[in-house]
Formats: sequence, structure tokens, C-alpha cells
Amino acid sequence: MTDIRTLEQTASQVRRDILRMVHGAKSGHPGGSLGCADFLTALYFNVLNHDPKFNMNGKNEDVFFLSNGHISPLFYSVLARSGYFPVEELKTFRKLHSRLQGHPATAEHLPGVRIASGSLGQGVSVAAGTALAKKLEGDKNLVYVLMGDGELQEGQNWEAFMFAAHHKVDNLIVTVDYNGQQIDGSTMEVLGLGGDIKDKLMAFGWEILHMDGHNMQNIIETMAKAKNAAGNGKPIFIIMKTEMGYPIDFMVGSHKWHGIAPSDSDLENALAQLPTTLADY
Amino acid sequence: MKKFEVQNIKDTRSGFGAGLSELGKTNPNVVALCADLTGSLKMDAFQKEHPERFYQVGIAEANMIGLAAGLAIGGKIPFTGTFANFSTGRVYDQIRQSVAYSNKNVKICASHAGVTLGEDGATHQILEDIGLMKMLPNMTVINPCDYNQTKAATIAIADYENPVYLRFGRPAVPNFTSATDKFEIGKALMLNEGTDVTIFATGHLVWQAIEAGHILAEKGISVELINIHTIKPLDAQAILNSVRKTRAVVTAEEHQMNGGLGDSICQLLARELPTPLEMVAVNDSFGQSGTPDELMKEYGLDAAHIVAAVERVIKRK
Repeated sequence: MTDIRTLEQTASQVRRDILRMVHGAKSGHPGGSLGCADFLTALYFNVLNHDPKFNMNGKNEDVFFLSNGHISPLFYSVLARSGYFPVEELKTFRKLHSRLQGHPATAEHLPGVRIASGSLGQGVSVAAGTALAKKLEGDKNLVYVLMGDGELQEGQNWEAFMFAAHHKVDNLIVTVDYNGQQIDGSTMEVLGLGGDIKDKLMAFGWEILHMDGHNMQNIIETMAKAKNAAGNGKPIFIIMKTEMGYPIDFMVGSHKWHGIAPSDSDLENALAQLPTTLADY
Repeated sequence: MKKFEVQNIKDTRSGFGAGLSELGKTNPNVVALCADLTGSLKMDAFQKEHPERFYQVGIAEANMIGLAAGLAIGGKIPFTGTFANFSTGRVYDQIRQSVAYSNKNVKICASHAGVTLGEDGATHQILEDIGLMKMLPNMTVINPCDYNQTKAATIAIADYENPVYLRFGRPAVPNFTSATDKFEIGKALMLNEGTDVTIFATGHLVWQAIEAGHILAEKGISVELINIHTIKPLDAQAILNSVRKTRAVVTAEEHQMNGGLGDSICQLLARELPTPLEMVAVNDSFGQSGTPDELMKEYGLDAAHIVAAVERVIKRK
């Protein structure tokens, strides 16, 4: 367990990593990565029971899946910072022969990654499958997923939501990054859900929680509630309010920063807003 | 031409069901998922015997593939079951990312392949599935010829840690291989040695090729017949050894010419041993409603068409 202050400091370093990786690769997805940095830092440094020595089968530990694979800079930074692989390797992001592919993959055997993601809408299904395997094994650890809100437009998610409720996959905790942005604009403009996400998931039979994705205290408390809700016959869905690009002043809240790299001056400006806490890679 | 004793006439999907049921008893890690076609896939025995390891996923094939990948991560050996059309084309991206690229130990088991599912028509008669699956890196593609071989293949793939596409069908076809034959993935099976032509057949067209071999023998043509039950990885050595001897080839399969077994053999021979070749397969067309026998004839997949293809290719030697 890591205290709130330390988690916040770690998240600041993770955000520096994200910006430097995307800048170094001259491509990648900084917006969603920055927005989910507090959550994923909290997950790996506080919430998850996990082993950085990494076993693919995840037996006797919690398992995390990233469904919105484009926020790979965040995933890689958090994995490296929590000991899965050397932090220096972050500089190879998106380069030829790197284990840090543009989107997470297993082909290069990067510790911490259990499935490829990037083509959207597949993570909840995969996570539900691993949750079923845990039930068969009598393993009481939990399976976590992070997904994007634009990703909810993929139909496979709704197949998975229906399945997990029907089959009482109650060791599954899905968090949606509810930032309201996607590549072509706001989610409401591009393809609105036609109602409240909470109502929809409740109607499917899920347990619903809300979370402020930029308040570390609230993240820790909400995740504790989610753990307590597990095992009660319902899968758990957390609506995490975030802002894309948070907290960089010229990025925050805009879909413009979904998938472009910062320039040299953008990077300098952004890094000036984020204290170094664990030393840059 | 060697005589093959037909033990009975049985559907290959029942061989899958029997193999899965046996696996349920012998391998506690085997789990099964089905998308609302349990009876059609003959998965009901496994469902009844191991309800805790059987998942009814409903008409939601994309989710089924993802679930299977996740179960494989957790150390299980998932067998998914639905029609070949919904096992491949419908879920290609899910298979590509979550199974093939991620190299998960998922067994995609597909019934009702090809035109011989019959009266349901072209919406359900996929003839492109072998091509779709063989194009994926990491994927093994198996198309057994009869009930016994399908059962043996089902059992064999459980111990083979790799993504697998196992293809079988709806119609009852002659069951002529031995129930005690062990299934070796990737190994071509010599059924009859001959000198004038090699027929490489897969799936239930192996039986059509046997019948063609008898007709050709009466015409004085010596047929070498090889059963290619594993289309990927292809047993290149066995194919080349035979073709060096016969110098004429006919391929036979219930699939499009594009992307099927014939296509794989053409690539191999063009590189290693250019040889006259004729393909018995569907020529860039969709199917239609009809009985399996009518459709086999209509689309040029029966023994008579194999005979004609052999006669054509021998003239080109």
C-alpha cells in the first residue's frame, strides 16, 4: 500500500514518461494516457495484488487488462515504474524491434502484457474469460479492465456486458475512462449513447460506481468499494470522470491531443507543469 | 486402388462431439463455449457431463472468441463451437488480435463448413474460411476427412499448445479411417500409392477422391492419393516427394480455389517443383440452397469432377 501523496508524485512521473515517450516516438496517444494516469498509478501501486515477476496465467494474483490499447504509453510507464521491466526501456517506445509496440502486444514478450489490444472493444470479453478461469480454479483474486468511453460504440462490449451479468461474473471490475472525447470530436457529437451510461449498465444487471479519476483519495476509496462489491453476483462497472490531457493546461479537455505527439516546445511547456519525482528515464 | 472399408455413414460434427466428450473426461482443463448451436455442434454431451466447464454465450460470437482468449490466459484449453461462417468471417478481427497475434491456446471448432450444409443457402455456406484462417500467423488449420479422424483430431489439438482452426461439416459421409489411428498434426497421410497423378484431398472430399481413384484405376490410370488433413502447417516434404514421382497434381476441397488447399499447394510447387495442376474447388462463387449431393455436383466437387480433373492434368504432363 502506498500513501496518497506518494501515489500523486508517482503519477506525476508517469505523466512525464508519457509525454517524453510520445515526443521521442513522434507519435502515440498522449491525451487518454494523461487522463488515466492517476487511476492506473493507483491500481498498480496500491489496489492490485500483483507480482512484477510476471506470470502469464495470473494465477493467485489480480489481473489487469487494458482494452483501449492506444493509451500504451501510460501502461508501459506504470509497468516499468512498478518493476516489470527496466525503466530505460521506455525510450524504445514505438521503435523498430522494441518490446514496447505502438499498441500493447504479447509477441515480444513484454512482462505485464497478457493480450494484444488496440483494435477496440475486445478487452471486456477477454477479462471476463480470465475471470471465469479464476472461478474454475477457486482463485479469489479479481480481474480489472480499463476501457475508453468512445470504445463503448463497439458492439462486442455489449455482448460482453450481457454475458458477464447473465453468468454472474462478479470477480470482474471494469472501469470506463469517461472523458467524453474521441478522435473525431466529443462522444456526444460522434455517436451519443442515447442516454445515461449508468442507467444502461444497471439495466444490464451490473453494479455501478462513480469515481473522480483525478482525485487520488477518491480513486482509492472507490476501488476499495469495488473490491467489497465483488462476489455478490454482479460484475462491477466504474464510471471514471476524467479529462483528456489532464493536467496540462494546453491539452486538457480537448480531443485534439488524442493521438498526436507534442512538439519540442510543447514538451518543454508540458514538463514544466509536472514535477520530476522518480527521475526521468 | 486400395479398397477402404466403410464402417458407417456419419457426420464429422458428431466426431467432434465425441472427441470433446472424451476430452472432458481426460483433461480437466478443457472448457467449451457455444454460441446457441449446442445441438448442431454436438456439444450437448460435454454440456451435460461437465456443466461447470461449459459456457452458453448466446448469439454473440465476438464475445465468445474474447472469452476463449481470456480463459486460455487463465490456463484453460477453450474449445469454441459454432458454424464455420460465424467462427471465422464474423469474428476475424477478434481472432486476429486476441487469439492469433496474442498466440492464445484457443481451439476454434467450426461445423457446417462449405456448401454441404445444404438448404440453408449461401448466407451460411462459407467457402473462404480456410483461406481466412491460414493467412493468420500462428494459426494451425485442420480439416479432417471423416468421423473417426475428426474425433481423433479433436483429441489431438487439446495437447497442442497453439491456436487451432478445426473445420468439419454437417452431412453424413463415409467413415472409413480406423478408430484407433492416432492423429498427427501436420502429417500428410498416404492412402494409396500410384504413379500417374497425385490427388491431394482434404475434408470429406478425400472420400470423393477414393471413389475417383477406383474409376480411374478401371481406365488404367494409377492414382496416388494423399489426405492433407492439416492445411497449415503444410507437409511440404510429403507433397514434394509424391509430385517428384507422379509429375501431375489434382487438389480437391470444399472451399474456394482462392485461399484453399489447392492455393497452398500451388504456392509450394511454383517455388519448388513447377508441375501441371488442376483444382477441384469452388470457382469464385457463392453457394445456394439444395441437398448436399446436388450441391456437390453443381459446384463440381464430386468424384466425377475429380476424374475429369485427373484426365485433364494427365494430358498436360
